[in-house]
Amino acid sequence: MNPHQRKLSRAGVAVAAALALSLSAAACGDGGDGGSDGDGDKINVGIKFDQPGVGLKTPDGSYTGFDVDVATYVARQLGHEPGDIVWKEAKSADRETMLQRGDVDFIAASYSINDERAKKVDFAGPYLLAHQDVLIRADDKSITKPSDLNNKKLCSVTGSTSAQNVKTKLAPDAQLQEYGGYSECLTGLENGVIDAVTTDDSILAGYAAQDQFRGKFKLGGFKMSNENYGIGVQKGSELKARINSALEKMVSDGSWDKAVQKNFGPAGYRNEPAPKIGTIAK
Amino acid sequence: MKSRPSALYDVPGPRARRRNVLYTVLFLLALALLIWWVARSLADKNQLEWSKWDPFFTDARTWTTYILPGLKNTVIAAALAMAIALPLGALLGIGRLSDHAWVRGAAGAVVEFFRAIPVLILMLFANAAYAEFTDISPETRPLYAVVTGLVLYNASVLAEVVRAGILALPRGQTDAAKAIGMRKGQTMTHVLLPQSVTAMLPALVSQLVVIVKDTALGGALLNFSELLASVRPMSANYGANTIASFTVVAVVFVALNFALTTFAAWLERRLRRAKKSTGAVVRVDAVEDLATPGEHAGPADVRADGRADDRN
Amino acid sequence: MFDFLTGYDLLGAFWVTVQLTVYSAIGSLVWGTLLAAMRVSPVPLMRGFGTAYVNIVRNIPLTVIIVFTSLGLFQTLSISLGAKDFTTINFRLAVLGLITYTAAFVCEALRSGINTVPAGQVEAARAIGLSFPQVLRLIVLPQAFRSVVGPLANVLIALTKNTTVAATIGVAEAALLMREMIENEAQLILISVIFAFGFICLTLPTGLLLGWVSKKVAVRR
Repeated sequence: MNPHQRKLSRAGVAVAAALALSLSAAACGDGGDGGSDGDGDKINVGIKFDQPGVGLKTPDGSYTGFDVDVATYVARQLGHEPGDIVWKEAKSADRETMLQRGDVDFIAASYSINDERAKKVDFAGPYLLAHQDVLIRADDKSITKPSDLNNKKLCSVTGSTSAQNVKTKLAPDAQLQEYGGYSECLTGLENGVIDAVTTDDSILAGYAAQDQFRGKFKLGGFKMSNENYGIGVQKGSELKARINSALEKMVSDGSWDKAVQKNFGPAGYRNEPAPKIGTIAK
Repeated sequence: MKSRPSALYDVPGPRARRRNVLYTVLFLLALALLIWWVARSLADKNQLEWSKWDPFFTDARTWTTYILPGLKNTVIAAALAMAIALPLGALLGIGRLSDHAWVRGAAGAVVEFFRAIPVLILMLFANAAYAEFTDISPETRPLYAVVTGLVLYNASVLAEVVRAGILALPRGQTDAAKAIGMRKGQTMTHVLLPQSVTAMLPALVSQLVVIVKDTALGGALLNFSELLASVRPMSANYGANTIASFTVVAVVFVALNFALTTFAAWLERRLRRAKKSTGAVVRVDAVEDLATPGEHAGPADVRADGRADDRN
Repeated sequence: MFDFLTGYDLLGAFWVTVQLTVYSAIGSLVWGTLLAAMRVSPVPLMRGFGTAYVNIVRNIPLTVIIVFTSLGLFQTLSISLGAKDFTTINFRLAVLGLITYTAAFVCEALRSGINTVPAGQVEAARAIGLSFPQVLRLIVLPQAFRSVVGPLANVLIALTKNTTVAATIGVAEAALLMREMIENEAQLILISVIFAFGFICLTLPTGLLLGWVSKKVAVRR
C-alpha cells in the first residue's frame, strides 16, 4: 500500500468512525427516552411545546403555560411531585394515537372536546372554555365584528379548522395564508402584511402577553366558537374520575384563578368562569 | 487552478483595467444599494431590534435547548440514511452491472423508479404508511419516515455512484483479475469494489450534503424535530423573532454543508494526485447528474482518468 | 375503486407543478447564465460574488429558501411581486425561491461546459479583436450550451421534483394535494401510486427527450 492510499483509507476510517459515533448517539437518545417509563413514580404528560401562555418549552428546558399549570396540579393530586412529571410534546395530529398507545398518561394540550375525538379517547374536564377569536394590531379599528374580516388577510396554521371555519361561515371573502407555526403569522401581523391571526383566544392571549408584544396586539373578542378544553385519557381509564375531582379542587381552592391570571392576565384576556366538570358548552 | 490566466479575455491593458475598475465600482454600488435597502426595510419593521437577535449571542441556552438538539436530529437522520442507503445502493449498483439481463433489468427499474419521484412524496408515503401499518410511536415516527424516504431515494442515487465508481476503474484491473483466474464474484469483491470505494469517497461525502438538506423537508412538513423545526419553539419564546431564527438556522446549515463540501473537494484533489493508485475518481459534481433518471451524457460525466481532466 | 378521487383537482395540482417547473426553469436559465458569466468575467468582484453566491445557495436547504421568500420577502419586506391575492403571491414567491436555488446549479453546469470549449477557439476569437462579452456570446456560450444539454436536463428534472417543496408555503401543487388526500382518505397505497406515477410521467420523458437532444447537438471533437 502506498502512502497516499494509506492516508485515504485513514480518511475512510474517519468517515466510518463519524458515522458510527452519530449512530451510537442515536441509539443512546432512544434509550434515554424509553428508560424513564419504568419508574413507578414517574408520570408521562402530553403538552404543547410551542404555545406561549398555554404550553411552552422555555430556554432553560422547563415548561410554562396554563396547560402546564393545570397538568402539574392534577399530577400532584394523583400523587406525583412536579419533578416526577415527564413532559412529552403532543402535536395536534398525534394526540389520540399517543393516548391509545399509552405513550402518555394524560394530555393537556389545548385539547378541545368533540364527538369524533371522544370516540377514540376519554376526556376529563372541561377545565377551560376558550373561543375561536382573532388577534389584530392594537391600533386597528377596522375590525370590530367577524364580518369585518371580509377582504382582510387572515393567517393560521396548516390544517387548522379555525381558519376554514372563518372562511366558510363568517367571512367568505377573507384571504387565508397558512404557515407551519403561529410565530410566522405574528411576523406578518406585526409588519402589517397580515390583518388578523385566528385560533383559540387562549393561545392568542398567550402570544399577546409576551413581553415583546405588550401593547402591540389586541384580541377581537368575537367568540366565534366554543372550545371546551379537556384532559385526554385512554378510553375507559380510571384516571378520568380522579382527574375530574382534582380539577374541581383546583377551582375551589383558587389555584385555577391564579393560573389564569398568571398566564393570560397581561393580555387583558377576559376568561370565562371555570366550567363545571362534565358540561360541554355547545 | 486559480492562478491559471483565463483564456477568455486578454491580460488587461491600461484601458481594460480602467474599465474593470469602473465595473467593480458600479457592481459594488449596486450591491451596497441592495444591502442598504434590505437593512433599512428590516430596521423599519423592527426586525433588527437587538431583543430579537440577542438570545443567539448572549444566551447559551438558546443553543443547548433548541438549536443543538435540532442539529443532532438532523445529523442522526442524515447519518442513518447514509449508513442504510450505502449497502443497498452497492447491491443495486452491482446488480446493474450484472451479466444476467433480468438482474440488470430489475435493479435498473428500481433505480429509475425512485430517482424519478420527489423525495418529499416518498417521505409523505412512509409517514402515513408507518402510522397505518405499524406501531411506531408518534414521537419517533417522523424520524423513521424521513430516514425511509431518504434511503429509498439515495440508495438509487448511490447505486449509480457505485456503478460509476466501478466503471471509472481502468479495464486493466478486470483483465488482470481474469488473467490470474479470478471468478466474476471474486473480481468484484476483491479487486473492483475495494478500489471503487476509494474512487467514490468524495461523491459519497458530497451526497451527504444533499441528504442533510433534504432532512429539512421532514422538519417543515412531517413534524420532525430537526434543525429547521427548532425555529418553532424558539421563535414562540422570543416574541416571534422568525427572521432572526431562520437566519441563524440557515447559517448553521451553510456552515455544516460547507464543511462537508470542502472535505469532499479535498478528498477528490488528493485522489487525483495519488500517483501509484489508479487515480480513478467519481467527480463530486457528477453526483447531481446521477441523481435524476435517464441516461447521463455530457462533460460532467465520470472519467476514467482523473489526471487528464485538469481543465476544471 | 377510484371514487375517492372525486372532489380533488388532481390534474389542477399537477398543472401547478408544471407551471412552477416551466417558469422556474426559464428564470434559472437566465439568472444561471448571468452568474456563470460573472464567474468567468475579468472583474474580480463579480467573480467573487458568483463564487460566494453558488457556495452559499448550494449549501442551504431549498426548504429554507422557500420559507424565507414568504417570511422574509413577503411578510417582512412586503414584496408581493405585483400580485394581490395570496395564491398568486405564494406561487410567484415559490418560483422566485426555486430560481434562486436552481440558478446555482445551472451556473455550475454551464461553467463546466465553458471549460470544454477548446482554448484555441477563444484565442482565435480574441485574435480577431472580439471583446469579452462578444467572445462569451458568439463563441463560448453557444458551444457550451450544446455540450451541457445533458447536465442541464438533469437540473431540469431535479427542479421538477423540487417544486414539491413549494408545499411548505401553501402552494397548491401535487405534494400538498397528496398530503391532504392522505389525511382525508383511507387509500394510502393507491394515492401514493397515483402521485408517483404522475411524477414519473413528468420526469422520465424529459430525461429521455433531452438525452436524445443532447446526443444530437453535442459538439463533436
